[in-house]
Amino acid sequence: MSEAATTKKTVEIDSHSLNFGPQHPAAHGVLRLILDMDGEVVERADPHIGLLHRGTEKLIEYKTYIQAVPYFDRLDYVSPMSQEHAFALATEKLLGIEVPERGKWIRTLFSEITRVLNHLLNVTTYALDVGAITPSLWGFEEREKLMEFHEAASGARLHANYFRPGGVAKDLPAGLEDKIAAWAETFPKFIDDLDVLLTENRIWKQRLVDIGVMTAEEALAWGFSGPCLRASGVPWDLRKSQPYEMYDRVDFKVAVGRNGDCYDRYLMRIAEMRESVSIIKQCLAAMKPGPVKVQDRKFTPPTRAEMKRSMEALIHHFKLYTEGFHVPAGATYTAVEAPKGEFGVYLVADGSNRPYRCKIRATGFAHLQAIETMAKRHMLADAVAIIGSLDIVFGEIDR
Amino acid sequence: MAEQVGTEANAAPAGPLDALAVAIRTLPGVTDVAIEKGELVAQAGRDGLVALMTTLRDDPRFAFEQVMDICGVDWPERAERFDVVYNLLSVSLNQRARVILHTDEAAAVPSVCGVWPVATWWEREAWDLYGIIFSGQPDLRRILTDYGFDGHPLRKDFPLTGYVEVRYDEDRKQVVYEPVKLTQDFRSFDFLSPWEAMTSLPGDEKAHKGEAS
Repeated sequence: MSEAATTKKTVEIDSHSLNFGPQHPAAHGVLRLILDMDGEVVERADPHIGLLHRGTEKLIEYKTYIQAVPYFDRLDYVSPMSQEHAFALATEKLLGIEVPERGKWIRTLFSEITRVLNHLLNVTTYALDVGAITPSLWGFEEREKLMEFHEAASGARLHANYFRPGGVAKDLPAGLEDKIAAWAETFPKFIDDLDVLLTENRIWKQRLVDIGVMTAEEALAWGFSGPCLRASGVPWDLRKSQPYEMYDRVDFKVAVGRNGDCYDRYLMRIAEMRESVSIIKQCLAAMKPGPVKVQDRKFTPPTRAEMKRSMEALIHHFKLYTEGFHVPAGATYTAVEAPKGEFGVYLVADGSNRPYRCKIRATGFAHLQAIETMAKRHMLADAVAIIGSLDIVFGEIDR
Repeated sequence: MAEQVGTEANAAPAGPLDALAVAIRTLPGVTDVAIEKGELVAQAGRDGLVALMTTLRDDPRFAFEQVMDICGVDWPERAERFDVVYNLLSVSLNQRARVILHTDEAAAVPSVCGVWPVATWWEREAWDLYGIIFSGQPDLRRILTDYGFDGHPLRKDFPLTGYVEVRYDEDRKQVVYEPVKLTQDFRSFDFLSPWEAMTSLPGDEKAHKGEAS
């Protein structure tokens, strides 16, 4: 016995493959990750994606521009309005139409509500991934309040179909602005609570700090954008540098990280939620009554009341919902700062009523690809932490 | 018409864009540069693409550190039917550019995965959906479609409904592929109204007889 304890034994551990997902809760959807392991250390990570591929880009080529909008809700279903936003802006650019002021304020407002909605889900389920259950229980309650705002404005909790080419579908119902304002007063308290629960939490920091580090150069080369890029120390935010809608008229700060690890990516999201609340308050203060969509009936439908009386309005309504509008030939790449990063639409129009090509630049597609670099020589449990920090949603990656 | 208005409206504040267009036009491999709707679009050839992209990334005048998107566009009636579109972004100079080149099913496009590693997945996607071949791409597997998928679904001649559908077969205890069966044929409506789409009406050839020649 004592002899056996003193003799040295060389144990050969073969590198073996591990199939992670596609039904693993920490995979945030249908990620299938083939991991080549050396013991518990990841040697190689090969993501297999496409399990949720629905051919969105192909389908859009067979739909009119108005019919294409709902497909964008179903891409990144955690931040639906931001996706519609990119498509609406691209279409408006090709049409050469300008959304009225109130429409722009509403879009800015709901872009930020969507950002909070997205970050709440990401941060709290991320905490769930690394073992903390409380944030998700609290966070989903807060999300529900935001979903109610979505529902009040658009009629749907998730798949809003609210930002349309030419403006937004309809004006906010009476009283919603006050409700949002009241929420904006109470919500910072929730962020503080979340902050207290996680930011200085010992386990949280052990799991996140120095995990999945991306330098600024690496992050740029791997096509990072949004919070993931800023966490690596690149001060880049489309809302600041290439402002659209009313972002040049609101005052907000852009959080920039230093280390590019999972922890900094988490901190970016917390900081962005605080800034979003500030932008929401500014939007509410600056909004004035007025039209919310282009008043040219060739692009946006008339009101119901108008249709009861005006033959012209009835014809316009009928033509818009059958034929749709024709977009002059041309191409544009239009991007917005979606909660996850740069979400772009490369739209090619051929002069007909349907997009000739609509390429969707999904944020998570670039982020997920870098997992190979980030997870290398990390423990298996760290791979989960890295996936969570990238904020991936398969609706948009697989399209 | 609309295009011209867009260009003029954006030309005034975007002075740097014109300077950038002039600079890019001088690069080898670039055949044409235009500003469309305030966006810089450069046409390039397949040869020397990697050198061109490396210049666009490293030259301090351009500094396009990021390729935000690479995608294909299909124009079946053209001799070289595919466009490959590179959307570049410079975060240091806050500028964007688009590089477009033409290719067909057989001619390989040099891969830019050595310039930007992120290009790998975009190129895999273009291969998967369009069948565009990238030379020098070490990992040209399919990415979005099913394992063992046949065809390139985003080509214009690929039907929207596809060719096969899958279901779980209870008897064989496995997923089986079968030809697509639709209870109702796919309907593609022609919405082009005769009032807008017909640019020449019957009899026009007589009316414009003198002008055409």
